Amino acid sequence: MKKPVIKVQKKEFAPIENNNSRRQFLKMGSLAVVGSGFLLSCSNDDDFTEPVDPEEVFDLGSGNLGILNYAYALEQLEADFYTKAVAGAYYTGLADDSEEKQIIRDAWYHEVIHREFFKAAISDVAPNDILPELEFDYGSIDFDNRDSVLSTALLLEDTGVSAYNGAGKLIDVTAPLGDVYLLLAGKIVSVEARHAAAFADLINPGTTAFARDGILVDLGGTGLSYDKALPPSEVIAAAGGFITTEFTANQLPTS
Amino acid sequence: MNFIKLLDNLSNQEFLNSKGSRRDSFKQFGKTGKNIALASIPFALAATSSKAKAATASMSAAAFQATPSEVLNFALTLEYLERNFYQIAMDTDGLIPEADRAVFGQILKHESSHVEFFKAAVEGLGEEPIPEPTFDFTGGDLMLDTFENYATFMALSQGFEDTGVRAFKGQAGALANDNDLLTFALQVHSVEARHASQVRRMRGQKGWVTGGTAASNGIPSVFDAIYAGEANTVQGGVELAGLFPDFGGPQAVQEAFDEPLTMDEVLAIGGIFIVS
Repeated sequence: MKKPVIKVQKKEFAPIENNNSRRQFLKMGSLAVVGSGFLLSCSNDDDFTEPVDPEEVFDLGSGNLGILNYAYALEQLEADFYTKAVAGAYYTGLADDSEEKQIIRDAWYHEVIHREFFKAAISDVAPNDILPELEFDYGSIDFDNRDSVLSTALLLEDTGVSAYNGAGKLIDVTAPLGDVYLLLAGKIVSVEARHAAAFADLINPGTTAFARDGILVDLGGTGLSYDKALPPSEVIAAAGGFITTEFTANQLPTS
Repeated sequence: MNFIKLLDNLSNQEFLNSKGSRRDSFKQFGKTGKNIALASIPFALAATSSKAKAATASMSAAAFQATPSEVLNFALTLEYLERNFYQIAMDTDGLIPEADRAVFGQILKHESSHVEFFKAAVEGLGEEPIPEPTFDFTGGDLMLDTFENYATFMALSQGFEDTGVRAFKGQAGALANDNDLLTFALQVHSVEARHASQVRRMRGQKGWVTGGTAASNGIPSVFDAIYAGEANTVQGGVELAGLFPDFGGPQAVQEAFDEPLTMDEVLAIGGIFIVS
């Protein structure tokens, strides 16, 4: 595993001015699917114009860039989790034609696609300020164990839903591409919710688990019928236990 | 078709007389093909071409045409439809097998809450919530056996939930200037997606939308509009279809992103079941 790249967020999020931006975006996308897994080696480092100071910790940044990096961190976590899950004995032992295997495999595909998409989208507008590849530690999670994998998948997907729901209002739609980012967040969050429902139902089939009272909240006294919308601080506190690469989120918008 | 009636229900004099009236909005939303084309304008490309920049601006303008109260009444209409649909189903002896009643009871509970919420939200803006329409779940001339045949009920349930996901997604931009309303809408949006996933899987479908047509999503082709555009593989200006050969390819790319519908596209679908 590559050592985490650590650098300081300095630049403000700027509109795209580079005429090569589209080519760059495509290049990133292509690179991402070459080779084994998604280890991008150090090709990214060429883009950094400033020397890396290992004493300084990466900050997600401000404005829409900060929100994109925040989403990218969550997608890195999910994609990495499934990448490890599909190498575990639980997944490999499932029948190839089982729905359970299909669900995990699809979630893996989708999250890898989301991760690479954010990597490309951020590289396109702020190549020097993209969150580095993170490293993860899953502690006692046993990738050979069904309960362990499914319950962690559910936790990550439920967290993803509440994270995107909470991030929507933080996207500045008056900034360049802001409305596009908001729509993209909407396109992704519902897929996370579809995943969450499927994992919950695998754990407790045929019950209300897919949209259970215990995960939903009330709005205006009308009942437990709404997903949570959590601020980044709460999400990072919840998911941060899996992330070993240090980063800060000191400049994210709060409204 | 009852689309015009529905529009009339949604309209009132106050809005018709105001700038950017509801009727005008609907007229503009009516140029469906144009909006679909604009919605797929690449964002990377948009930065390099003034023509594309203009198109992006148009997309923003289209997305912002509906006022918050219009969006809330639109959402309320959908929630009325879903609540009514599930209430009748739960009340119809012998339709829903015992093993599935917990699921549909939970969905009904949510849709009922959403109705109450959106009513209150419209009132909170000082506007009048639209009254509940009269529904006909046989679809009139379609003569669907909705509450006699569990398979038909399930297919419509999936269609309504997948449509609901797309409908809320399509209005995010119109609520973007009100943090609270945007967040509330997102909190409903993802619950609809949970419902959709569950019902799809109960029907032997994948929980995620597989692109394609109504038929490929397991419902009659008369409902093609529900899945039109879901096969999109261009996101953020890049054709992703060929970039993930080792990760499910174009199929997984389609599934990884749900697509929006405009207000008029949704009302055309819902209008099939609205009598007045």
